[in-house]
Amino acid sequence: MRVEARILLSLGSFFGFMSALYWFWGHENAGGVMIFAAMLLCFVPGSYYFWWSRRMKERPEDDPNATQAQGAGVIGAFPGTSIWPFTLAMGAFFVVLALVFGIWFLVPGFGLAAWALFGGTAEGRRGGTH
Amino acid sequence: MTDVLDPPILAQPGDHGHAHEGPTGILKWLTTTDHKIIGLSYTVTSVIMMVIGGALAEIIRAQLTSSNNSLVSLAQYNELFTMHGSVMIYLFAGPFAFGGLANILVPIQIGAPDMAFPRLNALSYWLYLMGSITMLMGFFTAGGAANFGWVAYAPLSNSINTPGAGADLWIAGLLLTGFSAIFTGVNLTATIFYLRAPGMTMFRMPIFTWNMLVTAILILLAFPVLTAGLIMLYCDRHFGTHIFSVQGGGVPVLWQHIFWFWGHPEVYILALPFFGMVTEIIPVFSRKPVFGYKGMVFATMTIGALSLGVWAHHMFTTGVVLLPFFSIMSFLIAVPTGIKFFNWIGTMWRGEIWFSTAMLMAIGFLFTFLVGGITGIYLASPPIDFFTHDTYFVVAHFHSIVMALVLGAMGGLYYWGPKITGYLLNETIGKMQFWFLFIGIQVFTFPMYLLGLRGMPRRVAAYPLHPSWQTLNELSTVGAVMIGVSTVLFMVNIGYSWKKYPAGDNPWDGHTLEWFTTSPPPHHNFYRLPRIRSERPTWDYNHPDRPAKAHGHHDNQDEVPVV
Amino acid sequence: MRTLVLSLVARSTAFLHGLAGLVTSEPFALHSRETDSDASLFRGLDTHHSVKSSTKLLERILNRRRLWCRVRRVVALPIAALALAGCTVPTFGAAPGVTTSSRSAYHLWQGFSIGAALIGSLVVVLILWTMVFHRRKGDNIPEQSQYHIPLELTYVIVPILIVIGLFAWTMVVENQEVANPKTSVTINVNAFQWGWKFTYPGQDVVVIGQTTQNPEMVMPVNENVHINLTSTDVIHSFYVHDFNFSRLALPGVLNQFTFRAVNTGTFQSQCSEICGLYHSLMYFRVKVVTRPQYEVWLESKANAGVAQASRITNNQQTSSVVPTKLTKSKGDN
Repeated sequence: MRVEARILLSLGSFFGFMSALYWFWGHENAGGVMIFAAMLLCFVPGSYYFWWSRRMKERPEDDPNATQAQGAGVIGAFPGTSIWPFTLAMGAFFVVLALVFGIWFLVPGFGLAAWALFGGTAEGRRGGTH
Repeated sequence: MTDVLDPPILAQPGDHGHAHEGPTGILKWLTTTDHKIIGLSYTVTSVIMMVIGGALAEIIRAQLTSSNNSLVSLAQYNELFTMHGSVMIYLFAGPFAFGGLANILVPIQIGAPDMAFPRLNALSYWLYLMGSITMLMGFFTAGGAANFGWVAYAPLSNSINTPGAGADLWIAGLLLTGFSAIFTGVNLTATIFYLRAPGMTMFRMPIFTWNMLVTAILILLAFPVLTAGLIMLYCDRHFGTHIFSVQGGGVPVLWQHIFWFWGHPEVYILALPFFGMVTEIIPVFSRKPVFGYKGMVFATMTIGALSLGVWAHHMFTTGVVLLPFFSIMSFLIAVPTGIKFFNWIGTMWRGEIWFSTAMLMAIGFLFTFLVGGITGIYLASPPIDFFTHDTYFVVAHFHSIVMALVLGAMGGLYYWGPKITGYLLNETIGKMQFWFLFIGIQVFTFPMYLLGLRGMPRRVAAYPLHPSWQTLNELSTVGAVMIGVSTVLFMVNIGYSWKKYPAGDNPWDGHTLEWFTTSPPPHHNFYRLPRIRSERPTWDYNHPDRPAKAHGHHDNQDEVPVV
Repeated sequence: MRTLVLSLVARSTAFLHGLAGLVTSEPFALHSRETDSDASLFRGLDTHHSVKSSTKLLERILNRRRLWCRVRRVVALPIAALALAGCTVPTFGAAPGVTTSSRSAYHLWQGFSIGAALIGSLVVVLILWTMVFHRRKGDNIPEQSQYHIPLELTYVIVPILIVIGLFAWTMVVENQEVANPKTSVTINVNAFQWGWKFTYPGQDVVVIGQTTQNPEMVMPVNENVHINLTSTDVIHSFYVHDFNFSRLALPGVLNQFTFRAVNTGTFQSQCSEICGLYHSLMYFRVKVVTRPQYEVWLESKANAGVAQASRITNNQQTSSVVPTKLTKSKGDN
């Protein structure tokens, strides 16, 4: 995880330098705040990875001499077919239509979205299809 | 030589590339979480959006062909260019780049069975589809679609100046597609960080995957800003806030800061994936490794980092931004782009170049992006920007850039189409498409450079005071028609080549992991994985006697590979 | 001589074959990993083999002069262009304009264009060179060179130096443009949907017109003129092509800048920032006249215009229907 940490931390440092430069030279609030936020967004996961990378043992994908057999075993949960993404998207669709056509669209919108969130979570806990 | 990966997730050779049970037909499409099908859906939808945007463009060009034309009304014209830009940028280029080919290829290129969050991936696609439909619904409202330019500057975009549902549908559509992009950014980052195959260290990933990583980080940094800005705009329009209106103590130019803080990284989000595609095509068709791999990675990260600091070069003429800061940052972005250019040429240098359609598209990309990139350097200079901003010079500049990206996209489709579908496209029709596209692009853009320098401003429906501009406009329309013909040829090629030329696993003698698996890849992508000792695992497997070398070393059977 | 002609003929035949290969080819044969035959990969491109030898001969002739040819090619075009232009620098599409700052911007443009032409030609030549001379000639796998640190460092450092040079020149011109010298004339420019209002404070002169009424802003030549620019509704852009200049008119913001025109004339201009329905017709003119003419104009406007101007407020259009037909076209381009 060292390389990943380094990428994010160097991006974050660059944004930090840039936000300081821009804040004091540009006197412009919006840009200064936005670059500062970009710096934070890089430092948060970057620091997490940096902290972790010192504690975890080398993963097979970070080992330049790894063999494929070293990666054997379950590598993650990959949910198979699921109706919930489509349902959630339709819920989101109605929610934004409420912005345009009237608040009553929030009923199907939030309804579908809530159904999808509950259904999707339950599916995840059950294990889902493969 | 080949190591077998044992986990139960991988398909067994008995599987015929698809699950035995499970839904079929339309229900299968609605419920799929397979990144290959999602990516293919993204690709098809975004190409449909490209055709819609292209049709709008042809109407614009038809209107502009004569100086006092009345093919469309002033109101319709404003809708035309707004929706042309919006459809092309928000609904075609971005989704094609990070949702289409990247979705299909990134997991396979790093040896993963799928994206890290398959259901989130599916959600991204459906949000994108519904967002596109939402935005296009504007055409069917009474007031018409959005008509304030794809940039929606305040106060033109407020409810006083642009009442009507079209604008709100535009905002609503972008909220959906924005979240779609953010979720894809999360998925790509997680996949690249966590799901690489053993031996696939970060510095052995293909350059396309590196570019997608930087793109994903840029998406995460930039898109939330757009979403926030859109919500602010909506609040100004409907909840009585005065964020962008002077009357209430707001600041109109704040919209521009927020919009362009997203807007400039967005154009690199569009460009970097296609840079990556070209960086995959050129080595394979030169039969050499990528020249300067680490330089490419460094250049991509530099472009990504710098792109967050140049947004106000779109605002030089506002008079309220710090010109020197944005000017020097914009100039500096040219340096890593130049590094990439020389590395591409270095890859071709002393290679054995063969001109398949994909390679022609990639080379066409090089020439076209050269023009677009150099004209961008002009625009980094405020005094020059003062007389080119909001003229056709800028229109020509960014069309050179995006048409170069289209060339890259076509190259990607010709190169990876056989991997995804299992069938090659016809090369003769492909080359005809290439020549119409490449020549059409130059005929389309060069007159616009001159028109801009002669004073033709953007977003004007007619130019009755300047009939001398008509000839150049006519020429540009000819180019646009040629580009349209090339799109038709592409469709013809798909129809003509449908299931005609089976591709096999590796028709191009490709270098990266996707060429190791079958065409199309099986469920969960790999039956077997090779040993990974460089950034070209498939090449090393097929040509173990020809590993990459530092310049000046002669190939020697006994030498240890440099990487 | 005969050898040269023959090899040139062979070369052009090879070139035409190559061109044909760029347009047509057979679809690729199936490639399966088991057979792994490279020959089957290139079945469609076999036309190259027959002209291999004549190509090699000419390449050997050219190889010796390769570097010199390359340098010559890169430098020749701009030098030739310069020479043909009679030792004046070409315009590269732009125009010097009629103000002092437009001329500096124009020279900056020319400088950038020379740099662009040189670097662009270099890159184009390199790409064409490699396309022609490093074309596939057989089934050999070329040397798999992967990096060359000195070369890569060169093309990192040299562009940085070029960019710093361009930026330095830019700053010189920019400082000129944003400088605030002493001015003798001040004009308040007010953009509105969809016309322009020019107020001459202290003179009681107001010029106002919308769309095709094409209002005229008169200013004296060879004097520093100060402009105060703002908008009363949406964002517009004050774009005067012949001044090589544009500046946004922002509501709530006063943008200030100075011109010094050096030529007289009437210069057709228009708004260049999308501002609504009649954006395409938001014309205005800038008329630069001599100082005596300017004073005569001021007097005539002051006498005739006072009563009319006082009836017109900022936000209202001058008629209930926005004019879209041109009253008279000067035909200036």
